[in-house]
Amino acid sequence: MNIHEHQAKEILAKYGVAVPNGIVVNTPAKAADAARKLKTAIVVVKAQIHAGGRGKGGGVKLAKNPTEAKKLASKIIGMTLVTPQTGLKGRKVKKVLIEEGMPIDKELYLGILLDRQSSRVMIMASEAGGMAIEEVAEETPEKIIKEIIDPIIGVKPYLARKIAFALNLKGDALKKIIPLIINLYKAFIDEDFDMLEINPLVTTTDGRVLVLDAKVNIDSNALYRHKETLGYRDLDEEDPMEVEASKFNLNYIKLDGNIGCMVNGAGLAMATMDIIKHSGGEPANFLDVGGGADEEMIENGFRILLSDPHVKGIFINIFGGILRCDILARGVEIAAKKLKIKVPIVVRMEGTNMKEGHKILADSGINVIVANGMKDGAQKIVKAIR
Amino acid sequence: MSILVDEKTRLIVQGITGREGQFHAEQCMEYGTNLVGGVTPAKGGQTVLGKVPVFNTVRDAVKKTKANATMIFVPPAFASDAILEATDAGIKLIICITEGIPVSDMVEVYRYVKSSESRLIGPNCPGIISPGKCKIGIMPAHIHKKGNVGIISRSGTLTYEAVGQLTALGYGQSTCVGIGGDPIIGTKYIDVLELFQKDRGTKAICMIGEIGGSAEDEAAYYIKKHVTKPVIGFIAGQTAPPGRRMGHAGAIISGGKGTAEEKMKVMRSCGIKVVKSPADLGKTVAKVL
Repeated sequence: MNIHEHQAKEILAKYGVAVPNGIVVNTPAKAADAARKLKTAIVVVKAQIHAGGRGKGGGVKLAKNPTEAKKLASKIIGMTLVTPQTGLKGRKVKKVLIEEGMPIDKELYLGILLDRQSSRVMIMASEAGGMAIEEVAEETPEKIIKEIIDPIIGVKPYLARKIAFALNLKGDALKKIIPLIINLYKAFIDEDFDMLEINPLVTTTDGRVLVLDAKVNIDSNALYRHKETLGYRDLDEEDPMEVEASKFNLNYIKLDGNIGCMVNGAGLAMATMDIIKHSGGEPANFLDVGGGADEEMIENGFRILLSDPHVKGIFINIFGGILRCDILARGVEIAAKKLKIKVPIVVRMEGTNMKEGHKILADSGINVIVANGMKDGAQKIVKAIR
Repeated sequence: MSILVDEKTRLIVQGITGREGQFHAEQCMEYGTNLVGGVTPAKGGQTVLGKVPVFNTVRDAVKKTKANATMIFVPPAFASDAILEATDAGIKLIICITEGIPVSDMVEVYRYVKSSESRLIGPNCPGIISPGKCKIGIMPAHIHKKGNVGIISRSGTLTYEAVGQLTALGYGQSTCVGIGGDPIIGTKYIDVLELFQKDRGTKAICMIGEIGGSAEDEAAYYIKKHVTKPVIGFIAGQTAPPGRRMGHAGAIISGGKGTAEEKMKVMRSCGIKVVKSPADLGKTVAKVL
């Protein structure tokens, strides 16, 4: 689950990590008030959306006084911000963070994430803060410091020192970054972050070290033990159809094509998208109904697929294991009758209770095209929507 | 022959009194797997499925039944604890079916299991089957056939797809191993490849991967160096958008890394026969044999 910058900073502050003072507002007038309250010579007006690269899209601006903060906020609130991570459609900005300006000395990068190769957590740091870490990795990989953490030991002072010296820090900054790194790791573990990216982490001319920007992703599988974090979910940042699907435990991701797919299992669902494309079609979605699907889930899956106006046909590809083909067929029958489906449906069923499944569909009187194998199914649906 | 599981496997099921646990324990038993017991805390002393004794702890179960394998059907919040318990009890083969275990739990579990004598398969996997000998998992048994193709996969139903194609063409399987769709899994491609290379009953290997991480690349380099048997590969998610988790927790292209295209390229350069379409898996293996 993604959260906003100001929410990430709220969590980090609880762990003793220094963050600039800031106030979140949703109107230009409140932005001016916030700037007044902060009392710094300069304030930063930052669009709060889940995607990164906000500065490049014009979503982060400096204001020299409250009037300017108000003016900038009026431009940013309500704008559709397009960044390298939002896609062309962009995201509508509803809130801005008004934050005190900092006398920046150095901009650093610090990220904590899972290293899948070692199956351990890794800290990545770089002196080249302020730019995308992927670019740094591409152009100057020697500037990236990587430390893999033993979960039994965690991050101890020696390790934090090692990173601090590698970042060429001295004096106050050196002293302050050591507990900061330790606390960031503690927050990462205790709060079940999937990813924490601080870019930039800054040292200031008056000897402070602060988190200037924070991007946090929380492990959805661990949310059951972080009830307070659940309140940070912003449904406006998610696709409405994906939100609807998640209510029924359906794994749905919207794509740009016109062939709706309903599949059991994530791997087969991806492979189904692939084979549609190889057959000359474009998948409208990824949908994994899972192993334990029942008639009701199938019906809800149909409803969600059909609520996408681009869908011109549906391809159902099921390899019955735990999910039995007869259950699927009954779900298709109920959904097709209830929802009065008009688009062509191609069904490929194999595995547990396949024969019963085919019989149910044949007896139902609904108009489905039966496929023999996934390739045949993909070709049939591509042909059917032409 | 086969790898990891066979007639000598003595299985217990952790979470055997739950609905899913009991259903699949019965399915495995019907297939011929030697199911010797189950574990559910505070339900020790009961008997399920007519004759299977239930124990309070894995240690009790091992002591009484000499179990050497366990299948875990415990809800995600408690599954990491179940893996640790099985490791502590010295069970050699731990197969965790559970999906949705928090990553931070698995970081600890992985560290502990690796320092022990146990091998963990999964989590978030369909399990293992050596057709005709032993089934530990949730896969539909009837699609399998005894033979000499070894299968390794991160996905469940996509593995069934490959098995279905092979069986339909008359080619059986030595062992099918679902290693799991999570970012942290106990056994990786390389570990299974090593076993298949050594197994005299395996003549060809079918490796099914997907987007996210670099495990397939590492496997490809390993194959180039150490595997002399023919390997046929497929990567799911060639059309997946970057930055999105495609159902499996581990299936995500991040920072432009872990794309299907990149993996397929590395695999091809290491001598693996990579098929673009999942529908071609079976016939490509057949051609090689």
